[in-house]
Amino acid sequence: MTETPASAERRREGMTTPPSGFVPRWQREYSALAVLFALLLFLAITRPAFFSADNLRDILVNNSYVMIAGVGATIVILAAGIDISIGSMLAACAVTAGDLAHRGTPLWLVILATLAMGAFLGLVNGGFVAWLNVPPIIVTLGTLSIYRGAVIWYTQGVWIQGLPASFLFLGQGTVWGVPVPVWVAAGTVLAGVLFLQKTRCGRHIYAIGGNPLAAELAGIRVNRIRLLTYVISGMSVGLSALVYASRFSQIQSNTGIGFELLVITAVVVGGTNIFGGVGSIWGTVCGVLLLGAVDPALAYRHISSYWEGAIQGCFILFGISGDALRTRKR
Amino acid sequence: MAFPATLCVPESDDTVKTEAIQRIRATRRLRWSAFARELLLLALLAVLCAIFARLSPQFLDSDNLREIARHFSEVGLMALPQTYVILTSGIDLSVGSLLGLSSVALGLSFEHLKWPFWEAAGAALGVGALGGAVNGLAIAWWGMPALVVTLATLAIYRGLAVGISSGRSITDFPDSSSWLGQGTIGPFPTQFLLLVAAVILAGAALYKSPFGRYIYAIGGNETASRLGGVPVDRTRFLVYLLSGLASGLAAVVYVSRLGTARPDAGSGIELDVISAVVLGGTDVAGGDGGIIGTVLGLLILSVLRNGLDLINFPQERQPVVIGALLITAIAIDRAVRRRRA
Repeated sequence: MTETPASAERRREGMTTPPSGFVPRWQREYSALAVLFALLLFLAITRPAFFSADNLRDILVNNSYVMIAGVGATIVILAAGIDISIGSMLAACAVTAGDLAHRGTPLWLVILATLAMGAFLGLVNGGFVAWLNVPPIIVTLGTLSIYRGAVIWYTQGVWIQGLPASFLFLGQGTVWGVPVPVWVAAGTVLAGVLFLQKTRCGRHIYAIGGNPLAAELAGIRVNRIRLLTYVISGMSVGLSALVYASRFSQIQSNTGIGFELLVITAVVVGGTNIFGGVGSIWGTVCGVLLLGAVDPALAYRHISSYWEGAIQGCFILFGISGDALRTRKR
Repeated sequence: MAFPATLCVPESDDTVKTEAIQRIRATRRLRWSAFARELLLLALLAVLCAIFARLSPQFLDSDNLREIARHFSEVGLMALPQTYVILTSGIDLSVGSLLGLSSVALGLSFEHLKWPFWEAAGAALGVGALGGAVNGLAIAWWGMPALVVTLATLAIYRGLAVGISSGRSITDFPDSSSWLGQGTIGPFPTQFLLLVAAVILAGAALYKSPFGRYIYAIGGNETASRLGGVPVDRTRFLVYLLSGLASGLAAVVYVSRLGTARPDAGSGIELDVISAVVLGGTDVAGGDGGIIGTVLGLLILSVLRNGLDLINFPQERQPVVIGALLITAIAIDRAVRRRRA
């Protein structure tokens, strides 16, 4: 395996082999895991009712759509990009899905069309980033408002209601006793891990995030892969939108406002370096579960949900402070 | 001087002169091409004005022009220090949330602490500066990435604003408080004159003071600036502090204009602020751009918004146009830059 800056950093931090297996071997992800366990332990002592099967199941189901979109966002950030348009993409995809389902389109076609919509929106983002060389923050800041405006334009601000039962199965049904959203999330996570660890393209993403110039010189088609990461992000948001739209029986045009913040927080808290090259899907899983546990924990501690945004923000700062201190020392 | 003859390269007066002249010519040429972007923006502004004046007879009405000026003053106040921030290759996404938090601080200190309005306005400025200082500390001294820090404080400040006020708006300000937001001095809206003063101050600081030189130096090459003795950390801290202070000032203008302090004040306004700066030609990679461009970007943005309003283009659809304009402008700018390089 060639030495990328990312792998060099891993080596410096005392890890001799790059993470190639299913099990994360590096401690970056463990900090989120440790905080998660600490929070759970604290709740176990102070509020044992938190651990009822229903509550845990609710947490998993409520956060499955964050987890699905988080896989795509992790891949974008690993390649040193950023996508802050995911909230608006979620709305666009949810409206696509809801509108088609409402008109009685067969389920497979709804799924296909929603994924295609997500891929298309991601392609627009990626096209500007990779082909026209516009900085990702500007592109996705622009498309954040473009996609949102387009959704309101299309729906005229009217909620989509009256979704058929076959569609609602995606968000509310169970298979072998496990809710469908959890299956979908688990499948996406596995696919993401396999893609990043076992495919050539996945390794190239780490290389690009570590040092784009070196990756280019090593013969990696940097632009093509950067484009791909945005398309993957779009598709994962499409999948996430399917689960999200079918969980509630109506879709509003302000769906997913602030969703990007939640997802990026989860990724960063999960130990992925915001500048790319270092991190993993497993970290994001820990990050999502940690953030997902905070909200019900607040409710159990009788703290108003008005403070939720502030607490999420603090988690981001906490998540990156470790990286900042490390680079500072060097 | 007693140098060996071989070392004394004889340089005739003529070559020195021609070289000097060439150098001066080169800089003069550079000057013109440096203003090419501003001239282009000016042309775009003129075209937009012509189109809207043709489409809507009210556009050039003095009441309408005053209205435009009232609306862009808040965005403009925040766009000036945002220009500094982006010139140092940073970004401040938290300005809108900080506007909300500052306006809540104003409202609460007026309502609960019974402070007079203008003292409560001081509280808003203080909270704004404090919020900016937190960003600056995290970014300049702890070396955290600006994008993530301000994304986090975007959530934190908004969360604090909503949490402290329990999501409630505060009204019942005295009539005297509307002077800044609704009053006029001569033919001009009060806040417009405030903005003009701020533009002159910000321009002078950027183009004529060491502080401004430091900002360009840091954006150009941070390591080189550090080695060259530029106070990198202090300058970057100051830049975010100023950005926060401007959010506080904009909050005062906002409350004074609308007569209500809302926790959701200014949500999404960061898009307008950053659009104005970036549309004005300031490079998000830092080191290139300036206040003149930002003023032009701001004017284009507000003329566009007002014109779309006048031709009854729904407000909730306007982000589509503005977002598209932003991305297209940057894509063109990038293409030109790449060809020149």
